[in-house]
Amino acid sequence: MKQDTSSTPDVLVIGGGNAALCAALTAREAGASVLLLEAAPREWRGGNSSHTRNLRCMHDAPQDVLTDAYPEEEFWQDLKKVTGGRTNEQLARLAIRESSRCRDWMRKHGVHFQPSLSGTLHLSRTNAFFMGGGKALVNAYYRSAEALGVQIRYEAPVDRLEVVDGQFRAAWIGQERIAARACVVASGGFESNREWLREAWGQNADGEWPADNFAIRGTRFNRGVLLKAMMEAGADTIGDPSQSHCVAVDARAPLYDGGICTRIDCVSLGIVVNKHAQRFYDEGEDFWPKRYAIWGRLVAQQPGQVGFSVIDSKAVGRFMPPVFPGAKADTLEGLARQLGLDEQAFVRTVRDYNAACRVGTFDHTVLDDCHTEGVTPAKTHWALPLDTAPFYGYALKPGITFTYLGLKVDERAAAHFKGEPSRNLFVAGEMMAGNVLGQGYTAGVGMTIGTVFGRIAGASAAAATRKEGVEHAAA
Amino acid sequence: MQQLEALLREASDLAEGVIAPSAAEAEVERVMKICNACRYCEGFCAVFPAMTRRLEFAQADIHYLANLCHNCGACLHACQYAPPHEFAVNIPQAMAKVRGQTYSDFAWPSSLGTLYRNNGLTVALALAAGLALFLMMALAKNGTLFHAPLAGDFYATFPHNLLVSMFGPVFLFVAVALGLGVAKFWRGISAGDPNAAAIAETAHDVLKLKYLDGGHGQGCPNADDASTLARRRFHHLTFYGFMLCFAATSVATIYHYVFGWAAPYALTSLPVVLGTLGGIGLLIGPAGLLWLNVRRHAQHGDAAQKPMDRGFIALLLLTSATGLALLAGRDTAAMALLLAAHLGAVMALFLTMPYGKFAHGIFRTAALLKWAIEKRAPNPVGVGSE
Ligand SMILES: Cc1cc2nc3c(=O)[nH]c(=O)nc-3n(C[C@H](O)[C@H](O)[C@H](O)COP(=O)(O)OP(=O)(O)OC[C@H]3O[C@@H](n4cnc5c(N)ncnc54)[C@H](O)[C@@H]3O)c2cc1C
Ligand code: HEM
Ligand code: SF4
Ligand code: SF4
Repeated sequence: MKQDTSSTPDVLVIGGGNAALCAALTAREAGASVLLLEAAPREWRGGNSSHTRNLRCMHDAPQDVLTDAYPEEEFWQDLKKVTGGRTNEQLARLAIRESSRCRDWMRKHGVHFQPSLSGTLHLSRTNAFFMGGGKALVNAYYRSAEALGVQIRYEAPVDRLEVVDGQFRAAWIGQERIAARACVVASGGFESNREWLREAWGQNADGEWPADNFAIRGTRFNRGVLLKAMMEAGADTIGDPSQSHCVAVDARAPLYDGGICTRIDCVSLGIVVNKHAQRFYDEGEDFWPKRYAIWGRLVAQQPGQVGFSVIDSKAVGRFMPPVFPGAKADTLEGLARQLGLDEQAFVRTVRDYNAACRVGTFDHTVLDDCHTEGVTPAKTHWALPLDTAPFYGYALKPGITFTYLGLKVDERAAAHFKGEPSRNLFVAGEMMAGNVLGQGYTAGVGMTIGTVFGRIAGASAAAATRKEGVEHAAA
Repeated sequence: MQQLEALLREASDLAEGVIAPSAAEAEVERVMKICNACRYCEGFCAVFPAMTRRLEFAQADIHYLANLCHNCGACLHACQYAPPHEFAVNIPQAMAKVRGQTYSDFAWPSSLGTLYRNNGLTVALALAAGLALFLMMALAKNGTLFHAPLAGDFYATFPHNLLVSMFGPVFLFVAVALGLGVAKFWRGISAGDPNAAAIAETAHDVLKLKYLDGGHGQGCPNADDASTLARRRFHHLTFYGFMLCFAATSVATIYHYVFGWAAPYALTSLPVVLGTLGGIGLLIGPAGLLWLNVRRHAQHGDAAQKPMDRGFIALLLLTSATGLALLAGRDTAAMALLLAAHLGAVMALFLTMPYGKFAHGIFRTAALLKWAIEKRAPNPVGVGSE
């Protein structure tokens, strides 16, 4: 079944999340005819973008939902810090500056913003929250795209690309060939490709494949097919192929699409032990929002890839309520039994910790002076003994948010082949985030990159078809 | 083991007089716990901010939140955990089921609460038709059903005192039944003492139907995820139409008893003007709501309550249509017939009021008032500040 050439779109967009939609809308606004291919069926459309809640925005003065100011330089310094310098300053600054301008455009396409959610006061200055979250944003973009005449196909997983000398010719879905004058690939990372994750995380000393025990926090459709296709076509890559953003989630989280609500926010208020009932890291190292992303990796490094976050009733009400009820017991022994831990070892670990606590003035809003002395690892802040029944425990497992491997682009979002930019093949979103975010993460940057480079890629693709049109006319 | 614990809990609850939660209530508790860990929908309405003030959802909280929900649908389309996700979060549906249950649980007298389950479209229409027929029969017996034009003299057909003795008690009963029902609900949700600011805010939220604006002013979903203000606008026509009709009747009553001016009143008189405007509102409004109701997304609300919703809409439409017809035909020979039909519709509307959809306005107003009181108190849950 071949599509007849009369319906060949100017711009083909592959993917159906934020970056793809921003590209499709922008290309259509520039006058191009656009076909968007989303691998997922309609009810699962939108990729990881439908699990997001905000984007990070530069602004020099308070704006609607954003308090105070978040100037370019501060944003840049934040990025430099979290990436440890693994970032392209030119592209990063482009994303930052455009983030101050994109929200009116987003509103025009039906996105609404709301003040920072309760429990996220620390983001009210830097991050603009989507009313209803990312799924509402995705719905609004699809609606707007349909209204503007973007053609949308669901259940259309592209499995290979036809790229000749770095120029896009066509995409293939099984036997169907879909040609276009220009193409934007925005089909996410490889986080839901189990085999690839297995390969990337390798085998540990105990012979386990840690990745087998991971939850994928987002969509099951980001299998890295296009990433691989682009690499096979010779596209230049960027970012560490073995790295993923990984947080600790409730061990009962579903295999896919657990999203935000499965995270466990009480780590810094208690202790975390592994399946041998031993502590393994400073739970009070820093504020939780700054530390939550390291705990996925820490748990991944433990035997069986599990951890157990344990608190006592003093902590209840001090953290975001968890989605599943925890194990609850009036004695430490009882809790150990429920969690499947060795009772004696667990009680000893808690007693040792309790005895080591040097309680000063507890204050969860500052790096307080409650700490331990004489246990390893130490807990350096918020160390209160676990002494007030009932006790609660939550089993943790690693949850993958996204992978870091991406494709190299320039300020036009053009894919690169042996250092040369493609004339008609562009990349946006997660697939090129590594240019700006070589490692690390700070809340809201994923959507900033996707929105900014999605729009750039859409505009570049539309411009490329115009150039091609001129060349055709001249020939 | 867990089963045993559950049994023990149930037994001790029973001993303490706690009623085990219904399946509908348990579902609200389940989905609220998911929302409370997510909170993406905080900006849509009052339900989510009220939720974040709680860590546990007791039965009273569930009743309160269910009636605070306006079934706007926004949070269903926005939900990353909506079906087909295995969490199957459908807030408007879960809330609607409990809402329907509270209407009958809190109905007064409680033995009549079961009427809610039977208060469908057919029952409403049959009741109206039956009452109209009954009135017509009474007239036919007296030989006044078909008559020479009477220049709108209703009382020639039904003497004023007869009407008062028929409608007065019904009206009083409705007021008492609804009042006692909502008082019980109010005590159950232990709402606290309203102050002037809370009352003013509630009045504003009710009169503007604030929570049908989607949180951004562009309205709420109906057939799909697009926002529309149609539901709010048609409701305004319905609500204010109803109020104008009510005002027309009240003014006429004052004319009658205070000034001794007997009906029929001139077309330009206050009661007729109010009644005409109200009647038109009550014709277009419910017609629009019915149109929206038929086109409504299948997953919004509780399908089992559609007959009740449509029965109520049908009675409102019947009331306004017969009222306007009576106005148009009051100088003709069909006046008595039209009057009987109108009085039948009004009587049926009032009789079903305490046991049908009408309760939604009263219970929602109570829930909104509790919200206005509660939001002025400090948040008992500290996580918001960290
Ligand atoms: C739980 C969670 C919460 C997050 N919260 C935030 C947040 O609040 N703020 C933030 O900035 N970032 C957040 N992120 C990161 C954010 O999701 C990503 O940075 C962003 O969504 C990337 O957008 P994208 O369009 O590139 O990818 P996606 O939104 O993942 O879109 C990829 C699309 O490509 C489609 N696709 C995949 N393969 C194919 C194929 N072969 N053919 C056709 N289509 C295909 C998929 O179906 C999907 O529609 C979060 C991530 C997760 C998992
Ligand atoms: C007093 C405050 C009132 C409030 C806060 C209120 C609120 C609402 C809301 C939020 C809805 C949509 C809910 C849903 O779809 O289930 C609704 C529906 C409706 N209301 Fe009201 N209402 C009030 C009073 C009234 C009155 C006085 C009337 C008419 C006499 C009325 C008639 C209707 C009708 C006909 C519907 C449509 C039912 C349907 O389509 O399912 N309401 N109301
Ligand atoms: S309805 Fe869904 S998206 Fe909204 S707060 Fe609840 S769980 Fe989150
Ligand atoms: S349906 Fe509307 S009113 Fe009800 S909880 Fe959801 S957003 Fe709020």
